[in-house]
Amino acid sequence: MLKKFDKKDEESGGGSNPFQHLEKSAVLQEARVFNETPINPRKCAHILTKILYLINQGEHLGTTEATEAFFAMTKLFQSNDPTLRRMCYLTIKEMSSIAEDVIIVTSSLTKDMTGKDDNYRGPAVRALCQITDSTMLQAIERYMKQAIVDKVPSVSSSALVSSLHLLKSSFDVVKRWVNEAQEAASSDNIMVQYHALGLLYHVRKNDRLAVNKMISKFTRHGLKSPFAYCMMIRVASKQLEEEDGSRDSPLFDFIESCLRNKHEMVVYEAASAIVNLPGCSAKELAPAVSVLQLFCSSPKAALRYAAVRTLNKVAMKHPSAVTACNLDLENLVTDSNRSIATLAITTLLKTGSESSIDRLMKQISSFMSEISDEFKVVVVQAISALCQKYPRKHAVLMNFLFTMLREEGGFEYKRAIVDCIISIIEENSESKETGLSHLCEFIEDCEFTVLATRILHLLGQEGPKTNNPSKYIRFIYNRVVLEHEEVRAGAVSALAKFGAQNEEMLPSILVLLKRCVMDDDNEVRDRATFYLSVLEQKQKALNAGYILNGLTVSIPGLERALQQYTLEPSEKPFDLKSVPLATTPIAEQRPESTPITAVKQPEKVAATRQEIFQEQLAAVPEFHGLGPLFKSSSEAVALTESETEYVVRCTKHTFLNHMVFQFDCTNTLNDQILENVTVQMEPTESYDILCYVPAKSLAYNQPGTCYTLVALPEGDPTAVACTFSCMMKFTVKDCDPTTGETDDEGYEDEYVLEDLEVTLADHILRVLKPNFGAAWDEVGEEFEKEETFTLSTIKTLEEAVGNIVKFLGMQPCERSDKVPENKNSHTLFLAGVFRGGHDILVRSRLVLTDTVTMQVTARSTEELPVDIILASVG
Amino acid sequence: MEALILEPSLYTVKAILILDNDGERLFAKYYDDTYPSVKEQKAFEKNIFNKTHRTDSEIALLEGLTVVYKGSIDLYFYVIGSSYENELMLMAVLNCLFDSLSQMLRKNVEKRALLENMEGLFLAVDEIVDGGVILESDPQQVVHRVALRGEDVPLTEQTVSQVLQSAKEQIKWSLLR
Repeated sequence: MLKKFDKKDEESGGGSNPFQHLEKSAVLQEARVFNETPINPRKCAHILTKILYLINQGEHLGTTEATEAFFAMTKLFQSNDPTLRRMCYLTIKEMSSIAEDVIIVTSSLTKDMTGKDDNYRGPAVRALCQITDSTMLQAIERYMKQAIVDKVPSVSSSALVSSLHLLKSSFDVVKRWVNEAQEAASSDNIMVQYHALGLLYHVRKNDRLAVNKMISKFTRHGLKSPFAYCMMIRVASKQLEEEDGSRDSPLFDFIESCLRNKHEMVVYEAASAIVNLPGCSAKELAPAVSVLQLFCSSPKAALRYAAVRTLNKVAMKHPSAVTACNLDLENLVTDSNRSIATLAITTLLKTGSESSIDRLMKQISSFMSEISDEFKVVVVQAISALCQKYPRKHAVLMNFLFTMLREEGGFEYKRAIVDCIISIIEENSESKETGLSHLCEFIEDCEFTVLATRILHLLGQEGPKTNNPSKYIRFIYNRVVLEHEEVRAGAVSALAKFGAQNEEMLPSILVLLKRCVMDDDNEVRDRATFYLSVLEQKQKALNAGYILNGLTVSIPGLERALQQYTLEPSEKPFDLKSVPLATTPIAEQRPESTPITAVKQPEKVAATRQEIFQEQLAAVPEFHGLGPLFKSSSEAVALTESETEYVVRCTKHTFLNHMVFQFDCTNTLNDQILENVTVQMEPTESYDILCYVPAKSLAYNQPGTCYTLVALPEGDPTAVACTFSCMMKFTVKDCDPTTGETDDEGYEDEYVLEDLEVTLADHILRVLKPNFGAAWDEVGEEFEKEETFTLSTIKTLEEAVGNIVKFLGMQPCERSDKVPENKNSHTLFLAGVFRGGHDILVRSRLVLTDTVTMQVTARSTEELPVDIILASVG
Repeated sequence: MEALILEPSLYTVKAILILDNDGERLFAKYYDDTYPSVKEQKAFEKNIFNKTHRTDSEIALLEGLTVVYKGSIDLYFYVIGSSYENELMLMAVLNCLFDSLSQMLRKNVEKRALLENMEGLFLAVDEIVDGGVILESDPQQVVHRVALRGEDVPLTEQTVSQVLQSAKEQIKWSLLR
């Protein structure tokens, strides 16, 4: 009866939030009451609450109005009402960063902090430290020291925590309070102990020895506070990590002993510390895993969550260590907290056997819609790992992924799914057809442009190679009809790729492309027109060059070259070969070169490293007339040890018929200045040294650059690999290290550097041909050569592939650098551009017997590169 | 989720939030710069509320942060820390906050009672967490330190409705006992 009445009352008074419609100006107006005497504490406290509430809601107070209110508030210190006083402290803290001259309350706060009323002292310390800067701190230092060792816990804690905050700005002052903190650390109060240890650690954290001492001192007697234990465990595990963990250390023993602590918080902290230690063995993990196992059946959701999350981490590195917990994890699969259930399932997916996958997937799909996107991504990652582990299960997993793809979800989540599906398609050729058709369905209703264009690109690449390519056309053409311009452009490119590879489909593709010629958007129209005219030529080489493999030049480079060309009008047509090529990043495995469609991605057209070099080189008059820079070596080679008097690093720049060696030199002697520095070079082959560009002067620790220009051998063009012996020549002038004054007289000196190698890879740029077969046909067999070699020192196909790629410096295509397991033959496709802009393609068939036998077939548009490749390999 | 050794630190709590049953902010205190602007904070609160108010589980991982939470009638309490933080520590903060308020509001943890005791809430949070460091985890201590006068307000200073309300409370509790 009473309850009912209550409820009704509540409803009628539902809108009675006294703070709901507060106006900032009205509240600040009210603050004038502060000036009245006598002070009405209740009313004033309520006004302060209103001000705090406004700040809390994110209302912005201007400096003037805040300062005004702040000064009015200082009057309230005349009242002795406890609540009002406490509200003043809060207001001071909140306003310390907004109002000006807040330090005028310093004396009032100092008085409260040293006063008799314990309830005032702690909060007063905290408020005071909030408004104090490093210059003022000296004045209150004495009080702070007293407060730290105060016998009232709230005062001591407040002082310690405030000192911790002050460390950031006034380390040197707070450092002097360690003795007091040390005393506080033996306090009986659990929070004081925790805060004191925290402060001590932060003061001493750069002194390993002191930290070690601190740990052993406080752990020997045992600590009272679970928080302090957690802190100590973290400190200990950090020390262990820096020591590169010998596990016999007393630190590890301490952490392990914490597994038997009576507080769950400490036990969990210890277990998680052990799990996170790098390079932990299964034996060391075992006790940690078994306490986590116990936690799995705790009634507290947070503890179950913590346990299963940590087990999930263990499972990534040591799945076998977690197998013992499988039964407990199974029980969590139906946990009402979906985060726990998801973590349990993804852990089981890592540790369980192949047979349990179907069941687990079914379970997880029953509540996929209830969990947050973060966890959905975790699930997708687990699936992606599973696909690699059990390739046979891909059908089940693919189905699951497609169901997820159809459901609602954010971009990150969808992208994770699409990534995962694409990688499955790449690994498993059987799954390609189903995968592609599901992706087709997905783009029928896809709100993410990036994903749609990416899938269209994939369709264009993989679709024509399937058994029944015509079924994809409808999906692609639908995009042209229904989507906005970016997707339409992508769809047009995909259509053209089908037309280029399928003779039967060509007529219908031409019809479709003709319809696109009337599109509203420039880009779509241009593409359609372009592809149409290429396709109508019906020449394979054109198809391969302009549709299937696209441009390989660097886009910013092209922009610059074209601008240059328009500035200096000439009779000659623009030569595409003068544009620097886009270098393919070596680490990139996936064909990221989604041509033109993906240009919308946020990747800024920043000047690449090569373009920076190009500008630097163009500034040197000796190098005019060398033509465009073809390639710069990817990283500078050190020609000295790093600790010597002079440090020299070399970068190789390749031009059409010349090479420039750039030497970045640093003088590490502070009593010398080097002048007129050159690097003299002596080639083993018939390279000609043309000129040296010296670095004028090298002062102490200021890097300088000198260059050496050489001409490539003309007589024997196949001899591209060469070794240069190098010698640095310079004039030394002694100087005074302190004043920097130099002697006028100098003397000649030399310094021997290590040899510099020029290899075949310096003459070839890596270029990715997304469709190697088409490129192979395009180049044609005019200059084809073939030879067979035995690689006697190499024992596996992976090793052979790695070596060949590195030696030739060419880009592996069609993922042929991945050798399938358990096979004894493999074909590697490599593509590159030879100096001078000639495409060069290499097909290398490898057969493993006892050693590896390699048949190399090279094709190019010129004879020379083919000869050079074969000559170098042999 | 790479394995990461925590930099030992006392800065445990990133934020404390109290939202009502429409997801509106009643109280919010952010202790670091994870969400620097009010706009980002409100967006985060909205996200948190949508993900949690329908379920009664007490922990979640959102936007890369660990969130422990608890609902009571028309209020939702949240404590937020880094995803590497010891979940039980965050739980200790949440429990301390809730239990303290529960005592101060005489077990009547609901929106209206809370709004009438806003200063109590401000003071309690100030005693529990200072700048992200856990200051106190024992609700008894917190209530003792906040030391709201409650009863000793002279009757003359109370409004009629407040008097009625407190009378009603007293009757209710005496009946329930």
